[in-house]
Formats: sequence, C-alpha cells, structure tokens
Amino acid sequence: MTNRRHIARYSAFSLIKQSLTGQRWSRVWRHHDLKPSYDVVIVGGGVHGLATAYYLARNHGITNVAVIEKSYLGSGGSGRNTAIVRSNYLTPEGSAFYDRSVKLYEHLADELNFNVMFEQRGHMTLAHSDSSLRTMQWRAEVNRMAGIDSEVIGPPDVKRLAPAIDVSSRPRYPILGALWHPPGGIVRHDAVVWGYARAADRLGVHIHQQTEVTAIDVTAGAVTGVHTSGGRISTPVVVNCTAGWSSLVSALAGVRLPITTRPLQAAVTEPVQPILNPVVVSGSLHVYLSQTARGELVFGASVDPFNSYSTRGSLEFAEGLAGHVLELMPSLSNMRLLRQWSGLCDMTPDFGPIIGMTPVAGFYVDVGWGTYGFKAAPVAGEQTAQLLATGVVPDLIAPFSLDRFARGDLTAEKGAAAVGH
Amino acid sequence: MLLIHCPHCGPRNADEFSFGGELVPRPGPDSEPESWRDYLYTKENLAGWEREQWFHLSGCRRFLEVERHTITNEIHSVRDVTKGTA
Repeated sequence: MTNRRHIARYSAFSLIKQSLTGQRWSRVWRHHDLKPSYDVVIVGGGVHGLATAYYLARNHGITNVAVIEKSYLGSGGSGRNTAIVRSNYLTPEGSAFYDRSVKLYEHLADELNFNVMFEQRGHMTLAHSDSSLRTMQWRAEVNRMAGIDSEVIGPPDVKRLAPAIDVSSRPRYPILGALWHPPGGIVRHDAVVWGYARAADRLGVHIHQQTEVTAIDVTAGAVTGVHTSGGRISTPVVVNCTAGWSSLVSALAGVRLPITTRPLQAAVTEPVQPILNPVVVSGSLHVYLSQTARGELVFGASVDPFNSYSTRGSLEFAEGLAGHVLELMPSLSNMRLLRQWSGLCDMTPDFGPIIGMTPVAGFYVDVGWGTYGFKAAPVAGEQTAQLLATGVVPDLIAPFSLDRFARGDLTAEKGAAAVGH
Repeated sequence: MLLIHCPHCGPRNADEFSFGGELVPRPGPDSEPESWRDYLYTKENLAGWEREQWFHLSGCRRFLEVERHTITNEIHSVRDVTKGTA
C-alpha cells in the first residue's frame, strides 16, 4: 500500500493547526512496494544507511535508492548507543573527520526539519593517572592544531562543571585533571534516525522495513542484484551499513572483512532532577555517563571481553558498572537501575572504520565503526554518498579504506577511543 | 555469565580466561607478507558455531580450544590444544 499523502513541514504553525483541528499527523515516512530495480541499494536502516540515502538524494540528486532493513529502523546500534557526540580524537585524520560530523550535527535539526535535541553540554574525559594526563595534553594539542575547542583542566574546574563528581583524594584513583571539550554533547539518537528517514523519504528514497537481504548476486566481479525476503532487486550498487552484522552481509558478496563483533552493554537509571550537565568519561574506570533531558542517567561501558552476536545483558556488567559509577559519584548510591541492554559493535584491528570500495565492483562498505558509529553518522553518510556519486574517494575517508590492512598501513585511533578496549 | 569447563580446573567463569579469537590456520614461514596480514586481520566472524582459542589466564595457564555458538554463547566442547582431551 503506497501512501502518497504529502508530508507536512513541522513548524509552530503546523503544531497549532494540528492541535486545533484534531487531524491525525501524517506518517513520518511512507511505505512503498519493493521495485524490481534501484540505482543504489543500501543494506541497513540505521543512522549510517539513512544518512547515506539522504545525502545521495540531497547533494547528488540520486533518488532511485532503496534502504533495506531486516527489522525496524534504528533497531541496531543506532537505537542502542549512548548518544554522545564529540570530535576530540587523537589522530589528525580522526579529529578532522569527527569535527565535520559535529558541524553537521549542529545544523541537523534545521536541515532535516526534525528536532534531534542536540545539546552541546560539553564533554569531559577524566584523568586518574599521570600517563593519561599526558595523553590528554597530547590530544588537546592535536585538537587545537585542527581548530577544535579542547583543553586540559584541573580538578577545581571539574568540580565547577560537574559538582556531583568526587574530586577528593578518597577514591582509589583520584581525579588529577580532565580533557574538556565544550562542543561535545548528546543527541536524541532515535530522532536522528527518524529525521534522516523522513528527509530521505521526502526526496524520493524508498525505505523497506522488515525486509532481509538473503543473497547478493555478483557476476564477473561486479554486483548485479540483491535477493531479499520481499523479492529480488536488480542494482549495480550495494552499500553495506550493517555494523555488527557487516561480516555476514559482506560474506554474501564474497568480501571478507577484518571485523569481529562484540556486544557493548549500557544501562539507564530511574529519572531524577538535573544533577549532571556535561558528558563525563573515565577511561580508567571503563565508564561514561550523561543525564538525558528526561532525567535518566545513561551509563555505557567498554565492549565485552569476547566476540558474540548475543545482546543479553550480564550481571557482571551491572555490578562492575555500579562500582565504577559510585567511585566517580558516591551520591548516586541510592539510585536504581531501570534497565540494561547491549548493542553489537563491529570492531576493527586498528579501531578505525572501514569505509569505501571493496574488491567487488559496486559493493561498498561503511562499517567497522566499533564503539563510535553514532557520532560519525552524518559525515560518514555525506562522504559515502559523495564516493558513490563521483566514484572518487574523498580525502576525509581516504585513510579508512579496506585495503589498508593488506598494505599494513593501519590507522592508530585506539588511544582516543572513549574507554579502553 | 559464561561458564567454561576447563579440562584441568573444572567449570570456571569466563572472566578467568583471556579470549584469543577464532582459530585460523597459520601461514607457512615462507609466506608473503600479504598472507600474514590476512591471517592477522581478516576474520570469518561467524554467527553460529565457532572454533576459538581461550587461554586460562587465572587458572592452569593452558591454551584451550573451545567450540562456542556466537549467538547463544552455548559451549559444545573444550579441549587442551596440546593434549586433545575432551
């Protein structure tokens, strides 16, 4: 059933009109029947796939595009991450890349006509040892060279910016300082997914949920089509944006990847009054936390210590997490955890993403994002779309090609991942 | 919690072990650098039964070959890589 109703622009006027007339809001994106052929098929209806589809349509006028999602939009990592955005990475290529992403996030709500609730509350990475303080000084210098707002601050400033944090000498690893990054913050991750889906839909992209890719046809080294649970599609271009499942989808096209899938667990508490403004990260304690607009405290940790496609939570995680959080903020001792969940991360050997072409012509990947795929989505979508449209690898993603592993030319982003892996 | 039945120490929490990843045949000593890089980096990353290596770090410190289902985390068999005991 195709719903051809015009999708209204969101505005204060439309909100008043809608509430006075009692009319039902039109669907955020439409349903289409699967066409027998598309110019581009994007596998994975998460934020990377939808952003790629949106920028293909908006920046390059390529609208005969299908986004194929085996479950519902944002059902994977896009709806399971801890919604943190930052650009204070360690390598110049990493910083440049994520800086572009932060810039795109800053204007995203306006551009998509969808409130993504981006709050730039600042991002604070705590140092509990001399060596991590030195690394932070290094990161701050790399960031400043790239024009990114980032500096090292002392415990009094940590206390001023986040009074709930214990900066005394009581904890086993007292806080010695922090890397302070004011443009960092949190976004409503579902809104980013829905905003891109709606904007792509308006430009003519077809979104197919509950449709699973079962096979990819490759003839003479080039992609010719995709088999899905809804039928076969002829297409010369397939983009794999499936994060934790990327090895399995690539294997359908005969492409092997240097990726292992690991679950990352997160948890959320009951909502309380505002007590924490910035995003706080502690690499030594393997925890990052922020308070949502609803008042819940969101906690994330490092990836599980072994590969798995299981998204079950574990008691060890909840127990370890609670201990670490209380080291940082003892005042939370009476708060209750509301729920915990896990998402699948596609980890690469050098903790950098894999984005670009593969040995199979027409088969592209935007994978290997590991634990920081969400914050990269706008720029990854924009650059992947440019690559598909022009056939030329853009400078920003050139360091992240798949063939770097065969050449032994790895990136070194491990030191800048939020917490140790 | 993942329980691994170590052939030397009995059932132990996975926390005691260090995960070594899927078992991949090692290239010969005369192999090209490309084969070594492929061995180091490229993974099957199966969703299903996988043969993998675990090291009992806080126990007998033996290398074990474990057959585990990567979706359910169910463990089929554990054996010492050198002894072949189940």
